[in-house]
Amino acid sequence: MTVSAVQRSPSDAAAGSSRGIRRRRPAGGRKSVAGQRSRVSYFFVSGYVLLAVAFGVFPTLYAVFIAFLDGDGRFSGLGNFAQVVGDFRFWPAVQHVGAFLLAWLVGLLALVTLLALLVHSLGRRWLSSSIRFVYYIPGALAGASSVVLWLFVLNPTVSPVSAVLHAFGFETFVQTVSPGNLPVVFAVIAFWTGAGGWIVVMYGALNSIPDEVLEAARMDGAGAVRTALHIQLPMLRKWISYMAVMSLASGAQLFVEPRVLSQASHAVVPADWSLNQLAYLYAFKQQDLNGSAAIAVILLVVSLALSTFFVIRGGLFERD
Amino acid sequence: MSATSTSTRPRHELGPRDWLGRAFTVVVLGFFVLFFVVPILWLLIASGKSPHDLITTGPFAPGTLDDLTANWTALVQFQGGIVFRWLGNSAYYSLAALVITLLTTIPAGYALALGDFRGRKALLTTTLVVMLIPNTALVLPIFLELSAVNLIGTPLAAILPFSFYPFGVYLTYIYFSTSVPRDLLDAARMDGCGEVAVFRRIAIPLAFPVIALVGFFSFVANWNNFFLPFLTVPGRAAPVQVGLTELLSNVPAFNPTAAGVTAIQLPTLAVATLLSVTPVLLIFLFSQRFLVAGLTAGGTKE
Repeated sequence: MTVSAVQRSPSDAAAGSSRGIRRRRPAGGRKSVAGQRSRVSYFFVSGYVLLAVAFGVFPTLYAVFIAFLDGDGRFSGLGNFAQVVGDFRFWPAVQHVGAFLLAWLVGLLALVTLLALLVHSLGRRWLSSSIRFVYYIPGALAGASSVVLWLFVLNPTVSPVSAVLHAFGFETFVQTVSPGNLPVVFAVIAFWTGAGGWIVVMYGALNSIPDEVLEAARMDGAGAVRTALHIQLPMLRKWISYMAVMSLASGAQLFVEPRVLSQASHAVVPADWSLNQLAYLYAFKQQDLNGSAAIAVILLVVSLALSTFFVIRGGLFERD
Repeated sequence: MSATSTSTRPRHELGPRDWLGRAFTVVVLGFFVLFFVVPILWLLIASGKSPHDLITTGPFAPGTLDDLTANWTALVQFQGGIVFRWLGNSAYYSLAALVITLLTTIPAGYALALGDFRGRKALLTTTLVVMLIPNTALVLPIFLELSAVNLIGTPLAAILPFSFYPFGVYLTYIYFSTSVPRDLLDAARMDGCGEVAVFRRIAIPLAFPVIALVGFFSFVANWNNFFLPFLTVPGRAAPVQVGLTELLSNVPAFNPTAAGVTAIQLPTLAVATLLSVTPVLLIFLFSQRFLVAGLTAGGTKE
């Protein structure tokens, strides 16, 4: 970022001159101070870099490596990829995850934006902050806990909202989780745990719009809806696209929700509903680590492409 | 701020359109308050009901203390109190990873923000890219790697992958590059502080808010992580999130083949679910103010 570059040069010059007074060896003194500083920096990042190599870079390379090997450790080219893509379970899983992503993203983007705008429009601060907090609480129940909780909610015999389920014509748990409903069911669960955090983030972004701008819009006679459409939404665009990219990338990895539901529904929800479940089956049921790695690599490439594109084009992280 | 000022001095009388807008706001926000809260309230109530009452009484009819005790006893008796072992595992993995995460991410974020070294830009970009990759994407590759070095089933197989936390580095980096002036550090250097002393005596005390934030996010993410420990620390070494699904497979209502001495009834499962989220829920409740402010600070850029 430009600001820090500007700040850096005068302060470095000052630091340099001050060291110039105190240096013991006239020649090369400044250089060795800079050298010491960068050596210390290397020390500071070393632990993180080790972890990044061990659990970021290396597993990725290793997965790519074995995805190109056959079961006997011989190079097999695209054999594993051809095998998993040709698997009769692969395309249904892609469709399932695609349908889930569609339901989830549309719901998430529309509702999070709407709710953030409404919460932001509240006059009373305590009310607005309490509502944000209430929306955020389910975030504490991510993971298997939230899915187990939703097993109850989706079960008409015990559900707190059984009236709603009956209204939709669901009399049993198995009816609620019938295949046609699953993308929406998973979208609702994901929304329940994840939306609150995004609403808080969006609210923060809305707060960064200067009051004068909103005041000026009001003076010009713009109502709440027009202000939202013409001023607030354009300013939120970066954050909305950030949310979309993050959600797309993590949604494609769907595993725990279908896994737990499959276990609970006695396989009414199939064990190979999502791509990650299929990768799991390859590794643990078929003992085909290479095929499993091939699916992991496909998913990883999708995530990596999305995030790289966003870091480079999104402009959200321009500070340097 | 602007909202409070307008509500105290209204510019014009409220017309029917404004009332409609208000009604819309109240209805939508109220509906979602119910949507987010009802399942959690129900879980609290269901934990205190007998299996029979759970089905026959209304969903919000209160349970009894006796039934709560009975459910608790049933949970504790399952496989000789293995639930405590699961909770202990969760605490051990999450806390150990938390310590390693703080020890590695805070200095790294500091050096990336205020240091000057070769490869800084590359490391920063890599951190951003990896941060945006969902952690589940690396689970299978990490499993394959750990099984190649025979670590599967050992505590390290959960702790070490949990400790790699690029988002924490990013948060620390943002914090140091926006809230800690370089001049302050340079002043300390002029007074003869070495680089490590500058970090320990000046940067760390200033960084308390971000240390708390990184610690919070890391702990919650690790406690709730399912996919990674599900593969790398199965069986008795599992954390409570994985244990919960083990319980689930012993619930006859969901799995008819599970009937028998070890059968788990639905309210017992509800107690276990509640227990599995209690630590994180408590942290949430006690850090409410700090959290909403911290998330906002992390969310807004300038």
